[in-house]
Amino acid sequence: MTKEKLNRFVFGTREKEGVGKQFVVYALLICIGFIYLYPILYMFSTSFMNRDDLLDTSVKWIPSSLYLQNYIDAAKSMDFWMSILKGILIAGLPTACNLFICMVVGYGFASFSFKGKSILMGLLIFSYILPSQVTMIPTYVLYNNTHLAGTLWAFILPAVFGNGLNAPIFILIFYQFFKQVPRVLIEAAKIDGAGYFKSFMKIAVPSAAPAILTVFLFSFVWYWNESYLTELYVRGLTTHSEWTNLVIQLKNFTTNYESRATVGDMATSLNESVRMAATSLSILPLLLMYFVLQRYFIESIDRTGITGE
Amino acid sequence: MSKEKKVKKPKGKIGKLERKEALAGYAFIAPWIIGVLLFMLYPLGQSFYYMWFNIRITPLGTNFNYVGTGNFTQIWLENPEFPQQIVTYLWQTILEVPIIVVFALMIAMMLNGQIRFKGFFRLIFFLPVIIVSGPVMNMLVSQDAASIPVMNVQSIVNALDTFLPYSLAESIGELFSNMIMILWYSGVQILIFLSALQKIDSALYEAAKIDGGSKWECFWKITLPTIKPMILLNAVYSVIFLSSNEQNELINMIESAMFSGTKEKGYGYASAMAWMYSLIVTLIVLLFFLLLGSKKDIYDRQVKRRKRAMKKEARLAKKIERRGIRNAKKLERARKKRSYKTYSGEGDYR
Repeated sequence: MTKEKLNRFVFGTREKEGVGKQFVVYALLICIGFIYLYPILYMFSTSFMNRDDLLDTSVKWIPSSLYLQNYIDAAKSMDFWMSILKGILIAGLPTACNLFICMVVGYGFASFSFKGKSILMGLLIFSYILPSQVTMIPTYVLYNNTHLAGTLWAFILPAVFGNGLNAPIFILIFYQFFKQVPRVLIEAAKIDGAGYFKSFMKIAVPSAAPAILTVFLFSFVWYWNESYLTELYVRGLTTHSEWTNLVIQLKNFTTNYESRATVGDMATSLNESVRMAATSLSILPLLLMYFVLQRYFIESIDRTGITGE
Repeated sequence: MSKEKKVKKPKGKIGKLERKEALAGYAFIAPWIIGVLLFMLYPLGQSFYYMWFNIRITPLGTNFNYVGTGNFTQIWLENPEFPQQIVTYLWQTILEVPIIVVFALMIAMMLNGQIRFKGFFRLIFFLPVIIVSGPVMNMLVSQDAASIPVMNVQSIVNALDTFLPYSLAESIGELFSNMIMILWYSGVQILIFLSALQKIDSALYEAAKIDGGSKWECFWKITLPTIKPMILLNAVYSVIFLSSNEQNELINMIESAMFSGTKEKGYGYASAMAWMYSLIVTLIVLLFFLLLGSKKDIYDRQVKRRKRAMKKEARLAKKIERRGIRNAKKLERARKKRSYKTYSGEGDYR
C-alpha cells in the first residue's frame, strides 16, 4: 500500500504529475539554463579581474576586487559612445525603412489577388534561402561604382526596396498577420469611400501593432549584430569610412588596442580580461534593451502567428 | 505557412473591379519587385557572368579575362582549403541542425508544461538571440568559454578517430567543443516550437487520455504530427542561419578571396566560390525538405483516392448520359426518316 502511494507520489498519476517527474524537469531546466548562461557569466566575471587574479589559480569565479580599469581601457579603445551612436544609426534607419516597406508588401500579398502571386511568393521564399554571398560581390561592385559603398545608403537603399536584411521573413510575418485582419473591416472602409492606401493606413496598420513591434525588434537586433555586411558595405573594406559600430570595433579590437597600447595610451596590456570587458561592452546596449522589452520580445512571436494558423 | 485552399473562380473575363484590385496589389508590392530585380536577380546574373572570368582591377579600369572553367579547376584542384572546408561544413551542418531542432523541441516541451518561473526560463533561453553576432562568438570561442566545462573533448575525438573518417571525427569534436554555441543558436527555434505547441487543441489530448493513451503515445501520435511543418521550418531556418553565420569559415574565405591581390583570385574567383557554396547550401535545404517535407498522412491519401474515384464515376455517368442523349437523338432522327417511307398505320391514307 505504502509502496503504491510512494510510486504515485514520485511518478504521478494520469491526472497529476508526480514530484519526481517535476523534479527531473526542473533539474534539467536549471542545468541547461546554467550551461546557457555559462559563457556570459564567465565573460562578466573575467572582465573584472586584474592581472594578478588572472594568474592566480585560486581565483576562479569571483575576482578579489572590483577592477574597473579593464572597462575604461576597452571603452577608450572602442570609442564607446561614438560607436553606440553610429551603431544606433546603422541599425535604426534601415530598420525603419524595412518596417514600412515590409508592411506595405506584406499587405499587398495578403489582401489582393492578382496574376502570378504564387510565383512571386515562391520568389520571396527563394530570396530567403539564397545565401547572400552569391549576390554579395556584384552588389558590392554596384555600390562601389555608384559611390554608395562606405555610406549608410548601402544599407538604406535595399531596405527601401524591400530587400533589407532578412526582409523575406518580415514580409512573411506581415503577410500572416494581415491575412487575419477581417476582410469585412476593409470592405466597410471601402464602402465609406476610402481608397486602397487609406484603408491600409487607417485600418490595417493600427491593428498590426504586435507585428510591427516584433519586426522592429528583430530587425534592429539583426542589423545591430550584422558585422560581415556592415563591414563590407557601410564601412567599406577598402575605403574605411568613419561608419562603425560596436560589433565591428570588437572584431578589430585586438589590432586597435595594440596600436594604441604601443603609443602608451592604455593602463593595462592586452589580456583576456580586457577582451572580455570589450565583449561585455559590445553586448551591453542590447542586453539592457532586452531586459526592458523582454516581454514584447517573447510574446511577439506568439501573437504574430509566424507559425501559421 | 498555412496552406490556402484554392477557391475555384468562375471562368470568364476579368471584371473591372477585379482588374482594379489586381493593379492595386501590384502597386503595393511594386517596391519589392524593383528591389528583387535590382538587388537579387541582377546581382545573381552578374555573379553568374563573373564566375567565368578572371577579373583584375587596374588603375585604368577593370580587366575581364575569359577563363572558362578555369576558376573552378583552380578552386577544386589547386586550392587545398576549399574542398576541405566544404566537407567540414557539410558534416557540421548535417550534424548540428538535428541537434538544434531536437534540443529546441525538448526545451519547448518542457516550457510548455505546467512549471513555475516560466517567464524566467523563457528569458534565459531567448537571451542568446540578442547577443549572437560573429565577433562576440569569436571572442567567446577564443577564450574557451563555449565548451561545457566538464567535457574532455580531445579524448572524445581520439576515441572516434579510430573508427570514423578523419573529417567526420573532427566535425564531431568541433561539435562538442562548441556545444554551448550550438545550443545558443536555438533561441528562435524554441520560440517557434513553443507557440506551435500552445496552439495544439487540448481537446485532442483529453480525447487521447480517455482512450487510455499515455503521454509518450500522445507525443508521437498528436504532438509530433501536428508540429511537423514547424520542424521543417526550424530546420531550414537553422541551415540558413548556420550558413550565413560569421563563425562559418567559408564565407570569410569568399570575402578574403574577393579582395585578395594575387593574380588568380579576385571577383571572378570569389563569385565561382560563392556559387558553389550556395549550391551546396541549397542542396542541404533540399535534403531537409525531402526528409521532413509534408508527406500526406494515410487518411488524407485515402480521402484523395476516394475523391478521385468519385470524380471518375461522375465523369462516367455524365458520359453515359451524354451518350444516351445522343442515342436518343439518333433514334429520333432515324424514326423521323423512316416515318416518311413507311406507313405507320395511322391517319388517313389516300
